[in-house]
Amino acid sequence: MTISIDPQKTNNESLQPKGWLRYFSFSLDHKVIGIQYLVCGFLFYLIGGTLASAIRIELASPMSDFMPRDVYNQVLTLHGTIMIFLWIVPVVNGAFGNYLIPFYVGARDMAFPRLNAVAFWLIPPSGLMLVASYFVEGAAQAGWTAYPPLSITTPQSGQIIWILSVLLLGGSSIFGGINFIATIIKLRRPGLKLMQLPMYCWAMLGTSLLVVLSTPVLAGTLILLSFDIIANTGFFNPVLGGNVVVYQHLFWFYSHPAVYIMVLPAFGLVSEILPVHARKPLFGYTTMVFSIMGIVVLGLVVWAHHMFTSGTPPWMRLFFTIATAFIAVPTGIKFFNWVATLWGGKISINSAILFSCGFIINFVFGGITGVALAQVPFDIHVHDTYFVVAHFHYIVYGGTVFIIFSSIYHWFPKVTGKMLNEKLGILHFIITFIGFNLCFAPQHWLGLNGMPRRVAEYDPQFQFVNQISSLGALLMAISTIPFLINVFLSLRNGKDAGDNPWNALTPEWLTSSPPPVENWEGEAPLVEEPYGYGKEISEQK
Amino acid sequence: MTTLDSSKEIQKNNSEVNETHEDFRMFGLITFLIADGMTFAGFFAAYLTYKAVNPLPDGAIYELELPIPTLNTILLLVSSVTFHKAGKALLKDKNSDSQKWLFITAFLGIIFLICQLFEYFHLPFGLTDNLFASTFYALTGFHGLHVTLGTLMILIIAWQSRINGGRLTSQNMFPLEAVELYWHFVDGIWVILFIILYLL
Amino acid sequence: MLNKNIYLILIISLVFAISFWIGFNVNLLPAEASINAPIYDELFKILFIIGLIIFIGMTIAVIYSLFKFRKRNDQIGDGIALEGNLSLEIVWTIIPSIIVLLIGLYSYNIYDRMGGMKELNHNHEMMTSNTEKIWAGISQTSDNEIAINNLSIEVSAMQFAFLFNYPKGNFISGELHVPVDQKVSMKMESKDVIHAFWVPEFRIKQDIIPGQPTILNFTPTKVGKYPIICAELCGPYHGGMRASIIVEEESDYNEWFNKNKKPEVNL
Repeated sequence: MTISIDPQKTNNESLQPKGWLRYFSFSLDHKVIGIQYLVCGFLFYLIGGTLASAIRIELASPMSDFMPRDVYNQVLTLHGTIMIFLWIVPVVNGAFGNYLIPFYVGARDMAFPRLNAVAFWLIPPSGLMLVASYFVEGAAQAGWTAYPPLSITTPQSGQIIWILSVLLLGGSSIFGGINFIATIIKLRRPGLKLMQLPMYCWAMLGTSLLVVLSTPVLAGTLILLSFDIIANTGFFNPVLGGNVVVYQHLFWFYSHPAVYIMVLPAFGLVSEILPVHARKPLFGYTTMVFSIMGIVVLGLVVWAHHMFTSGTPPWMRLFFTIATAFIAVPTGIKFFNWVATLWGGKISINSAILFSCGFIINFVFGGITGVALAQVPFDIHVHDTYFVVAHFHYIVYGGTVFIIFSSIYHWFPKVTGKMLNEKLGILHFIITFIGFNLCFAPQHWLGLNGMPRRVAEYDPQFQFVNQISSLGALLMAISTIPFLINVFLSLRNGKDAGDNPWNALTPEWLTSSPPPVENWEGEAPLVEEPYGYGKEISEQK
Repeated sequence: MTTLDSSKEIQKNNSEVNETHEDFRMFGLITFLIADGMTFAGFFAAYLTYKAVNPLPDGAIYELELPIPTLNTILLLVSSVTFHKAGKALLKDKNSDSQKWLFITAFLGIIFLICQLFEYFHLPFGLTDNLFASTFYALTGFHGLHVTLGTLMILIIAWQSRINGGRLTSQNMFPLEAVELYWHFVDGIWVILFIILYLL
Repeated sequence: MLNKNIYLILIISLVFAISFWIGFNVNLLPAEASINAPIYDELFKILFIIGLIIFIGMTIAVIYSLFKFRKRNDQIGDGIALEGNLSLEIVWTIIPSIIVLLIGLYSYNIYDRMGGMKELNHNHEMMTSNTEKIWAGISQTSDNEIAINNLSIEVSAMQFAFLFNYPKGNFISGELHVPVDQKVSMKMESKDVIHAFWVPEFRIKQDIIPGQPTILNFTPTKVGKYPIICAELCGPYHGGMRASIIVEEESDYNEWFNKNKKPEVNL
């Protein structure tokens, strides 16, 4: 078959700059955009991490002594916003999605390359704007949730810049989502069936559905909030007859699915990584697909579990408790399937698999506290405490960020043609894993015993445990050093990887590493069994 | 299986003229409109919640008259029909007819906007008077923004459908189809808005 | 094969034993000082044990796989081409579903015992007293009316303090004094932004939302001084927004109350 399904053949590639300069250009190449997302996200991760370190330094002593109190609130707001909107969401969706999805569907680029580039280039300006708002009149200080009336009464310029920046990032994320849906559904190579797609495609399809359905609601909500701030309307201002709880409903209608926007792609990525290094097919492909879609559907109807203490009626509490707890079922299936994928394999112990297994352990822990938090009576005690802080860091850091690192170890040879150093990688894993657990596990106890979140000062009886947590944060900060050394050294003189160092069967490995501009030299290969390990498939060997 | 094969056929045929493009754009637009619709859904949900939970304070004025919005509803519904006619005319290569219908549609859109502004100026309440007034202006304003954008796009495609030098032909229907879909969407939102805001 | 099964059963029972031991012997919670607290701790214990079993089980499975199935130097080729096992997958869909459902029902029962579901029988979440809407927090009454023999206190939260108004004594206090073993009924209002009333030892928390006066009931059971903590970000001094609740014997309480009581003048 000699069918070209490439809609972008007409792009004049000779106009694109070559070499490293292309990473600073309005490139339409999905691979360049993917790397742009990743590097840009990582830079913001370093900023967000610096802010996190500032928080942990402040909390090393029970008094508010490291920085002024309002600056502390700005720091925690920026930390949350940057880590969510500028690091995790763009990286697990934008970076890996853009790099991998066209390979997985057998295309030469995304469905809308221009929209794709626009979506990326919205991110750096809005991120810089957000960071710069600190130097104007002080950044937003109402937390990343920006609950009114606090967000209406705090200094306005910071809050408005925050809203504008989140709106732009939301727009970027919607454009990305539209692009992924169109690419996965419409741009598949002829002959490639939906149920033959690698699991990451399914994860991204589900994620993009959530993005498209829920992000606009956040945008609308923030527009109303900005009216309250600028135009003195009273949507969420009780003094003017508004209703504060409506904001919370609308906000969480986006921000709970946002959790799945952050973890579903990670579920997809780990489903790609485990089979390759365990040399076994992904266990239970079909149930994995259904569980992703189950999570998508349930994820849209559980938002009010963030509001159990804010005057919601009992029937609502009951409904959202049950719905939330049931998300554990499809999620649990995925974890059992991953363990079953490892079981009986021939596992190469390397940085990628270690980070993936670290992810499984951390996420199971975060999931268990999540089921507990879904129970209204349980939540009433620990809501808005460090227990919740610990829970969601187990989900987004112990879960998603571990997978981001795992994916970097896994796909670095693909992108650069060089191997990362394994010794440094394993060192990176050990420090991250210990540091992470040391930092966040004690926070569960803090929350249970009476330390609320977002405080600059606390009861002196919690000092010792807080210091342990800060020590963990220090280890986490240190852990980026071996990682960065590793990346730079390997880029300069890493071992040559060859085209397919892991002997993987997923389509992105069936071209050269790094791949040519339009992905394939000839036509895209038809990969019917992306996880066909242990089988004799002459076509793919 | 059959659908898969047929889509394969379509793609095979189209790959020569590179027309698969069209499909994606329409698909992308539909996805975008779903997203846009969710923004409205959020606003409607907020409005309905306010209605259920927050009583109007004593002395606050929130009264709406029906005639103008009813007229507006009719205007928009008619404009949907005229737009459809424009598309049919273009398909039959009657470019000037198509252009005429497009101008009529744009004209109806402009009348709608004028009526809307007229209503704004004659309402007994302002933006910040009370919760419902604010919500009313936010919802109709956001919708009006959509109508304005739509009217501008209609004027652009009307210009593009001119006989000599226009890019819009029966071979290149996508711009018209896209704007038409968007216009129907805006109409549909108005009907929901009319029911929720004025009739309920 | 028999040997393998014995090992499996041994490991599983060991995991259960360890989990139960930890669940019953490790106390992660502060003192129990209200009627709610022991009910809450019962739920916590159950969730803790189930969580431990799953967590320890999964961790062992992962680490065991990494050791047992690691690739030895002399090995070549792939693992077994096992793509799934329908019956196994059905099992691990149904068992978690049942566990989750049971936990849900159980926590419903717990919530009911705390009094959270009671007002369901009446008109939804709010009740109307004198044209003023009042929202119900967690409570221990079958209805939300403030019974006459209950102690009723009005709480105002503002940036960055709690004030406690004792209407019967016509005075305002910065500390909350309550007698032990008596039901306290509080009407809470916020003057500016959202705050939250949290007493960790009582296991109760209620957001205080401006524009939504909320009723919160509790019954302290243990004499002592406990912190009242604001748990919702309310501004720069959020961390310092604390007060104390002092639970005392009835006689001590009455003494304190009479000392602070002001004669009614303006009524």
